[in-house]
Order: sequence, then structure tokens, then C-alpha cells
Amino acid sequence: MLSLLTINTPLDILNSRRRAQQGRLGTLMLDTLHSVETPESVALPLRPASVLPRILAFSIDFLIRSLVFALLSVALNWTGQMGWGLLLIIYFFLEWFYPVYFEVWKDGMTPGKKYLGLRVVHDDGTPVSLSGSLLRNLLRVADFLPVGYAAGVISSICNREFKRLGDLVAGTIVVYESDPLTAPQLTSQGKKAVPADFSTDEQKALLAFAERSPQLSDERQQELARVLQPLLNSRDPVLTIKQMANSLVGH
Amino acid sequence: MKQQQFEKRYGDDWQRFRQLLEQLEKPKSSLQPADYQRFGHLYRRVCQFQSLARERRYSSHLVDQLGDLVLRGHRQLYRRRRGIRFGLLLFTLVEFPAVVRQQQRYFWLSALLLFGPALLFFAAIQWQPDLIYTLLPPSRVDDFEMMYDPGNEVLGAARESETNLYMFGYYIQNNISVAFRTFASGLLLGVGSLIILVFNGLLFGGVAGHLSNLGYYHTFFPFVIGHGSFELIAIVIAGAAGLKLGYSLLAPGNATRLESLKSAGRVAVKLIYGVILMLLVAAFLEAFWSSNASLRPAVKYTVGGLLWALVIIWLARSGRGPRRQGAPLSGETV
Repeated sequence: MLSLLTINTPLDILNSRRRAQQGRLGTLMLDTLHSVETPESVALPLRPASVLPRILAFSIDFLIRSLVFALLSVALNWTGQMGWGLLLIIYFFLEWFYPVYFEVWKDGMTPGKKYLGLRVVHDDGTPVSLSGSLLRNLLRVADFLPVGYAAGVISSICNREFKRLGDLVAGTIVVYESDPLTAPQLTSQGKKAVPADFSTDEQKALLAFAERSPQLSDERQQELARVLQPLLNSRDPVLTIKQMANSLVGH
Repeated sequence: MKQQQFEKRYGDDWQRFRQLLEQLEKPKSSLQPADYQRFGHLYRRVCQFQSLARERRYSSHLVDQLGDLVLRGHRQLYRRRRGIRFGLLLFTLVEFPAVVRQQQRYFWLSALLLFGPALLFFAAIQWQPDLIYTLLPPSRVDDFEMMYDPGNEVLGAARESETNLYMFGYYIQNNISVAFRTFASGLLLGVGSLIILVFNGLLFGGVAGHLSNLGYYHTFFPFVIGHGSFELIAIVIAGAAGLKLGYSLLAPGNATRLESLKSAGRVAVKLIYGVILMLLVAAFLEAFWSSNASLRPAVKYTVGGLLWALVIIWLARSGRGPRRQGAPLSGETV
């Protein structure tokens, strides 16, 4: 979702090479990527979600909860006192356990979070446990203080993983759900080997260019591709890049 | 090795891993023990393949595919246990009382903060009855007087309700929410828990003192003694969990404040599981037993006393192994 910030145009390849030559890291400071190293020394990429999408997700959940409560109170109204007792218990569960249920048993996503593509996980990228979820949701009381989740918002913008107080204590993090992996749709024909010294990120940039080319005008494609001409040395850099992309996807 | 060779030689491995994953990601997987053993082995191999593929600069599409498998495998392999560790019964009988005893510093502090003000205010009201009005407006005081009027058929806040079920819902909603707030506000360096505990102590002591002055103790005390054991001790434990959070921030010891807070949170949440259970029992007792005015006070005092003894023995003794002569208990420092 935030892949706009990573390297993905031919211009970026050249820039990252230039930075690498100058001995600086090719990473972009704006990227919110938070990577977790597993015991198998694989870096798992997590993208923490910032305050705004989380407020939106919360609002959607709040609407759903209110709606459910309103419908049930109409439905149970005629049952009298007994129904009211039941309604209070339902209110209690909606207030405290609605998020816990969805986070633990529905893959870390309440309906609101699902709509916005968010997911609650532990710091190490594993699915959130009952304890973790209960803790972070009970501590919403502290996040709410002094009014309107002010403490939670301030806490979120004061750390790199956008954690509210409940997330800090429970060791949880709200991340963007990674988009499901789909095979890229490429249009042009032919294959051409990619130079061996192109890194994975740089290969991705070639692929991204080929994938997006239908959205770009021919002139713009040529303009972008020409940037790589010093590395490609070809008569038609646009076609060369697309063919390289084909060879990246094809087997 | 060329990418094609690599895929040809090892492709089967990640296909098999993908099939296992798809099984595991279903709510009910039909996997055999042998499959679980294969899972760990295959997961490590896929991790290795992904690193190799990236290092050898194979096509990014392949690296991404393998990366996706690693991510999903990691989620399955390192997922924490979902519920309470040993099931509900063992948690109730063994783990929870053990945690309460382990955290008894906070327990006693919390108890002092609840019962200290309660006793002091109770005594103060015996001496100066009008003090109740410094805490509550006269209308609330009237409410309490009406609730425990000896002429009532149903006691407590249930006086006006037709059914006990309504009050059951009310007690669950109200009391458990209070307990949750007592706990959560402890994050403010413990101050929130402290204020809620002291205020509830004053309220309880004040109402008890006022009603005793009016001579309503034959209705008030038999009413509260039944569920009081579970309810009051649960609030004390919720307060203890909150104080622990606050103290872990104030005095983190050798850990960073964040790490200290996290480890306090892991203990506190166990206390909260127990608090929820206790308050469910309390709500049940309060709605269906305590409010019943047809039982004689003597019966209520007896049963209430037994319940207090039960709670105390449960928290103090349950889950301790038989003490052998000369052998220190595990977990105790010698």
C-alpha cells in the first residue's frame, strides 16, 4: 500500500546507485517500514498504520456497535425487564469484548480494520493472542484520557510504530495488511536477461515500470526509460525494460 | 545455480509447504502429527530458499513468492497460545491464586487503599453522622436509605426491578466495567487506581456507616456479606493489577521503562482474567441470592461467612502442593 515510497522508477535505480557510490545507504527516510528479524534471520516487513486510518477504523467499528445495540434494543424492548438485563450484558460485551473477539478469532481484524486493510499483530509479527488483545483493549480507558482518546493519539505520534498506550503495554502493533501476491500482468512480448548486478529492489523497479506502463503515455515511458540508457545501452530502452520484466516473471 | 535449476530442484519443497500452510490457515485443520513435524523442517528450508534467492538475485517475483510463504509460516509457527495456558479449571484452581500470592505486595497495598478509607469513614460517621453529606448529595443518600429499608421485599438496588435477571445484567455491566477502569487507570503511574480504590472505599464505608446509624444493619449487612467476598476482593485484585502497572513505570529496575511495563502487563492480564471470573460469580450471587429478603439474616450470615472463608482459603492455599518436611516449596526463596 505504501510501496510508492520504495524504489520503483528507473530514476530511483539511478539515484540509489549514485547514493550507493557515494557510500550512503539507499534507504528512504520517509518509509515507515518496520522490519522484524525472525530466529531464522529473515527480515519480516511490517508497515505500521498511522493515526488517521486507525481513527477511521475505530469510527466504523463504533457505528457497527451502535447499530447492533440499537437494533437489539428495539428487538428486546417488548420483553420487558428480562430483555433489559440481557441488553445490559450485550452492551457490556460490545463495549469491551467486540474488538477482542475479532482480533483473536478473526485474524486480528475488526470489521472496521478489515475495511481499511489493517491488522493487529504482536511486535514480532505473530497473530495477536487473547492476553495481548484483552490488555490493549482494556487500556483504551487510559488512552481515552483526558478526553476523546487524546492520550492515545499523542502516544501514537510520539513513537515510530504509532503505538497507543495499550499497544505499548501489550506489545502489539497495528499494521497494514500486505496485499495478496498476484502475478504481474505484462503485455509485451519477448525476453531479455536482466544484468546480473541488479539487486532485488532494482528488479522490482523494472517490473513496476512494465506493470504500470499502460497507464503512462508513450512519451512519458520513453522519458523514464531513457534515464536507464547508460546502464542498458539499447536502441529501444522501453522495450528492453519490458522484456527484462518478462524474463523476471517467466520461468 | 541458475534460477530455473533452483526452481526445478526445490520447487516441490515450497509447493508442499504451501499445501501445509493452506491446511493450517483453515479454522479446523486435518493435519496429522507427522505433518507438524514436516512443517518445521520445511519452514526452515523455505526461509533458506528465500535468503538464497534474494542473495543470488533471482527474479523478484520468486523472492516475493518465497517471502510470502515465510511470512505466513512465521505466523503459524510462532503464534502464541490462544487462551489461558492450562484451561479454565486449572487456571482458576492453580495459576490464578499462585499469581495473586506472587503479587501480594500489590494486593495488600490495594486492600489497604480500599478498606482503610472504608473503615475510617465508617468510624467517622458513627461519630459525626452528617459527614455522609460531604461525599454524597442528599438525593443519593435517600436512594440508599430506600434500597435497604427493612420493609422491602427485595433488597439492594433490585428493589424496583421485577426480575433478578435484569439486576444480573446490571451488575455485570457496572461492576466489571468499574474493575476494568480501576485496572486500566493504573497506567497513570498508579494514581488512577489509587483514586478509584479510595473513592470506592469511602463510598462503601460511608453508606455502611450511615445505614448502621439508621438501624438498617439487619438489611444491609446480610445483603452485602454474600457477594461481598467475591466482589470486594475482585476490586482489590483489579486495583493491585493497576498499581503493578503504575509501579513498573515508576521503578523499572534494570529493565527499560517500556520492557518493565510490558512484563507487568503480562502478569496483570492474568489477574484480570481472575477478576472477571470472580465478578461473574459476585453478580450471580448479588442478583439471585443477596437480594432475596425472605431468607433469615442468620442463614445469610452463615452462607456469607462460608463464602468469605472459601475465597480466602482459595487465594491463600489453592494450588500449593503438600508441604514436605524440610523441603522448601518451589518458587520460594530459601
